[in-house]
Amino acid sequence: MSRVQPFEWEKPLVELEERIKELKRFCSRAKLDFSEEIANLERKAWTLRREIYASLTPYQRVLMARHPHRPTTLDYIRLVFDDFVEFHGDRTFRDDGAIVGGVALFEGQPVTVVGPQKGRDTKENVARNFGLPHPEGYRKALRLMKQAEKFGRPVITFIDLVGAYPGVEAEERGQGLAIAQCIEGMSFLKVPIISVITGEGGSGGALALGVADRVLMLENAWYSVISPEMCASILWRDSARAAEAAALLRLSPTDLLKFGIIDDVITEPLGGAHRDHAFTGMQIRAFIRRYLAEIKRIAPERLVEERLARFRKLGQFREKRLAEI
Amino acid sequence: MMMNLEEAPEGLWTRCDGCAQMVFSKELEKTGFLCPTCGHHFRIGAFQRLAMLVDEGSFTPFPPLVAANPLDFPGYEQKIKQAQEQTGLDDAALVGKAAIQNTDCMLAIVDFSFMGGSMGSVVGEQLVRCFERATAERLPVVVVSGGGGGARMQEGVFSLMQMAKTVQAVGRHSRAGLLFVSILTHPTMGGVYASFAALGDIVLAEPGALIGFAGPRIVAETTREKLPEGFQTAEFALEHGLIDAIVPRPQLAQYVSRLLEWHR
Repeated sequence: MSRVQPFEWEKPLVELEERIKELKRFCSRAKLDFSEEIANLERKAWTLRREIYASLTPYQRVLMARHPHRPTTLDYIRLVFDDFVEFHGDRTFRDDGAIVGGVALFEGQPVTVVGPQKGRDTKENVARNFGLPHPEGYRKALRLMKQAEKFGRPVITFIDLVGAYPGVEAEERGQGLAIAQCIEGMSFLKVPIISVITGEGGSGGALALGVADRVLMLENAWYSVISPEMCASILWRDSARAAEAAALLRLSPTDLLKFGIIDDVITEPLGGAHRDHAFTGMQIRAFIRRYLAEIKRIAPERLVEERLARFRKLGQFREKRLAEI
Repeated sequence: MMMNLEEAPEGLWTRCDGCAQMVFSKELEKTGFLCPTCGHHFRIGAFQRLAMLVDEGSFTPFPPLVAANPLDFPGYEQKIKQAQEQTGLDDAALVGKAAIQNTDCMLAIVDFSFMGGSMGSVVGEQLVRCFERATAERLPVVVVSGGGGGARMQEGVFSLMQMAKTVQAVGRHSRAGLLFVSILTHPTMGGVYASFAALGDIVLAEPGALIGFAGPRIVAETTREKLPEGFQTAEFALEHGLIDAIVPRPQLAQYVSRLLEWHR
């Protein structure tokens, strides 16, 4: 993996870690014993790391969600499942590389997996269209989910995309319609659905894969109707004020849990999922195991009823008082 | 996604966006807000639409709801208040029971002049109630959408959830074997189009209406391509197989009533 600049807020930590490394090198070269000093510094680094990552602002979490080394959907599929075969295409137009899907084995049980796929480098990103799906991507997703329903296997979706692709051809082929149909299809699907928001949950393009019985979210992920950059450019005509917009949008897992939008927050390794893919994968696996066991027991009709009821109650408004009329 | 679109006609004279001719405003009222020269459809408010579409005195609105401010978004309450004063609406949707040429239906009109016709919790809830009551009373639903604002930014994720909520209400109504006629007017974009509005059994549009998911400015900025002529217009949508028909405003009531009649 290419070297990535640390975030601004990580710099004190990175400096300290460098000092520890240097001291260790010096000790081994000079055959000196500074183990006590080193242990002290390591404790200090640990505390500092905890402090830094415990107090991230909403926008810092957004940036973490976009970290170039953060695991992608295919990484999670490899880490969370025992086996996987990828299926392609919407059977109508083409295969959209921005969405991957297929059948996987989860602890011995076949499940259908779907999720957007971001690239790691320029070449991959071109092939994956930066993880921005076209209508045929959503149609592939829906096709695979219907297949899951036919064979009675649960659906797991991963969500990590800024939005559906805003392009001429995407519009020509009915981007809005494809999203609406995907939402509709998931809403009434007679098998258990778990969605894991692993990175970015941007607007309708994300919701189209997120109409689930249980919605889980990684600690450094965001989910909202609009990206903080777009929100800032609408509010102040200045996308550089994205950090302020991120705070206003309440797009972090803690807020979303409070709002009843998500069911649980999956803890990431200290410093973010990119620091330890395997650990993050294990965490997700444990959460899926737990929630799948919970919803697998529910009869299909009741499952759909409960899913609809979950979304039915989302929204805040008040009845107009008589005096106001 | 907000766009700069022409203002609703006001004042004595109005410039037509279709042919740039000046039109006498009184004349516009007589034509149903169509340019007498080129036929351009001016945007109209929910009450004007209601008057043109439903039988006089047949409309019974649902109990009014007003927006909360779930995110404590700064300035949202003032924006709502201002829009209420300007439009006479409680929020961007006017919803109730009506009759169109003697056929009962549930009707919702999404008004662009109220915060761009954007969908927050109130619009979502009112639409859901509209479909739920229609399902219970076994009535068809007619929705006139004009939501260029898509999902309402100020309610953040709650607005996003209205997309799922409304789609589900449409789905239940549909599964009960009932008719949903979705009429797209200028502009129907973003989360409004990508949820209930796209899912009509029959999807109609007014001539020239902008219809799509991403706004044309965003598409142009992202792709750095020159947009094709007439991109995202109703005519473009028809050509690409996304809608059933384009219906000029003066024929709309008659057209819809025939559909309701045939699905009774």
